[in-house]
Amino acid sequence: MATLTLRGLRKSYGSFEVIKGIDLAIADREFVVFVGPSGCGKSTLLRMIAGLEEITSGDLQIDGKRVNQVGPADRGLAMVFQSYALYPHMTVRPNMGFALRLARVPKAERNRKVDEAARILQLEPYLDRRPKDLSGGQRQRVAIGRAIVRQPKVFLFDEPLSNLDAALRGQMRIELSRLHEELNATMIYVTHDQVEAMTMADKIVVLQAGRVEQVGSPLDLYHHPANLFVAGFIGSPRMNMLPVHVAETSGSGTIVSLPSRQRVTVPITAGTAQPGDAATLGIRPEGLHVDPDGPITATVTLVERLGGLTLLHVRAEGEEAVTVQIEGSDPTGAHDQIRLAIDPAACHLFDTAGRALPHLVRHPLAA
Amino acid sequence: MEATPLQRVLATVIGWGVALLLFFPIAWMVLTSFKSEGDATSPHLLFSPTLESYHDVFARADYVTFALNSVIISLGGTVLALLFAIPAAYAMAFHPTHRTRGTLLWMLSTKMLPPVGVLMPIYMLFRTAGLLDSRSGLVMIYALMNLPIIVWMLFTFYKEVPNEILEAGRMDGAHTASEVWFLLLPLTLPGVASTGLLSLILCWNEAFWSLNLTSAGAAPLTAFIASFSSPEGLFFAKLSAASTMAVAPILVFGWFSQRQLVQGLTFGAVK
Repeated sequence: MATLTLRGLRKSYGSFEVIKGIDLAIADREFVVFVGPSGCGKSTLLRMIAGLEEITSGDLQIDGKRVNQVGPADRGLAMVFQSYALYPHMTVRPNMGFALRLARVPKAERNRKVDEAARILQLEPYLDRRPKDLSGGQRQRVAIGRAIVRQPKVFLFDEPLSNLDAALRGQMRIELSRLHEELNATMIYVTHDQVEAMTMADKIVVLQAGRVEQVGSPLDLYHHPANLFVAGFIGSPRMNMLPVHVAETSGSGTIVSLPSRQRVTVPITAGTAQPGDAATLGIRPEGLHVDPDGPITATVTLVERLGGLTLLHVRAEGEEAVTVQIEGSDPTGAHDQIRLAIDPAACHLFDTAGRALPHLVRHPLAA
Repeated sequence: MEATPLQRVLATVIGWGVALLLFFPIAWMVLTSFKSEGDATSPHLLFSPTLESYHDVFARADYVTFALNSVIISLGGTVLALLFAIPAAYAMAFHPTHRTRGTLLWMLSTKMLPPVGVLMPIYMLFRTAGLLDSRSGLVMIYALMNLPIIVWMLFTFYKEVPNEILEAGRMDGAHTASEVWFLLLPLTLPGVASTGLLSLILCWNEAFWSLNLTSAGAAPLTAFIASFSSPEGLFFAKLSAASTMAVAPILVFGWFSQRQLVQGLTFGAVK
């Protein structure tokens, strides 16, 4: 059982502010992922929660109790580091049992708990090995095991999978999700990998330059990004952004005119935007289709075939890089002239300040 | 680049040359100690060995007392210095502030002052505090004398330890003392050991303070050697015998710990 509350949390190094006031509530048993580009402050924020970085101002509460002044040893949290940070002079068993040893847990009970964690993580054959004799994936599991045996209030993960190869990363992602379900624990996970964020999170917190850009479920962020930054950051390949003008507004949506003067009706309320105002139309690569009757003409500059699907990089509407995601079986090749159709329901509209204008209907999976 | 056979031979010759050059005075001292006082000043390598000088030395002074003083003072000085240096280096390596660098340099700068420059004040302090000719006084002086070097060495060894390992310890519930005891010291043991060994050797061979601050009761082996350069003239054979006995323990100790020492001083990343 653990809830976390962050209120106006700030961190500065001298006069340089890296965390600029963060408010966030994390519910019990929630899997929260902090994502953002490098240098956005996500790791610093996690380390502030851990107690490894001092909090300059604001409140951090665990289970309703303010813990700003409580040291990392006494917060009852466990952390898994990117570099694993195993104790090199201890074999796996004492590594995993170190916290219990410090807490003066009797040896028999300590061994029982380590054995249990080793069973969950399939580490039983390695208990007498030293960290240097383990592979990267095994070390990572030991680091997770070290966290498990403590039965912490909250698990903190600092980019734990970024030192692993792609195949192992995929496998560990699944293991972590399974673990979250099995342990019923609150977890906070920092990553720059949006696949990890999308697949594991109950709630994603998108950070940029020390501020929260948006908090929501993965599909919430995907289908209803709050601003241009989140729209561009979440989703791979990136959302295409086209400069448009608002042509007409009505109750059934907004009509925008593309640079080629083609008009598109999108099911989005114009909000405060007036006809004639500039705006940005965001279309995800899967919201564009090759269609001989489509309104947009485009030239294919590059084709990336991923097998199951294909990415076309095209020049359209005066934009150099528009990405279109199509079926892998589609024969379109480089230098082809094509026409594209837009799926209006997959469009997003942003005002000049970069804020998203509200959709008329919310996506069914992003309630 | 691969060395040519000629370069290798040359390197070997130079290496041996330097080694012999360094070893020669000690070898000569040991040789002289087995000569009779009459032969002592002649450079002959052929002589009839005698234990006469050793006999005289033992008869004139109580070697064991001096040696015991040396052991107690060297060990005491080293342990005391480590007790202060370990936390100091820990704080500087893992919780640095903008003054850490300056503090380190200042500590080293104290080694640039010749000890004789502070002899008078220290002598007065010792006299007032009743520390003259006491082992505890020398232990303190030796600890202070070596503290800057020990802190510097430990600092560089600690710097090699990834901070994340200690942070992981903190997350596991370790407070500062258990962090140092269970993680930092075991991880830097070769470095700490070689630092201690170096401090022991420096203490053992120290002569300036021991000669000036002790007379009989707390005098270590360095004072023992000095007592054989008497006003009646130099008795080289006896002096050599005394010196040989003074350096023998630390030489034997150094021989056994040399692997540890070299390993520690070239101690690389903690992997």
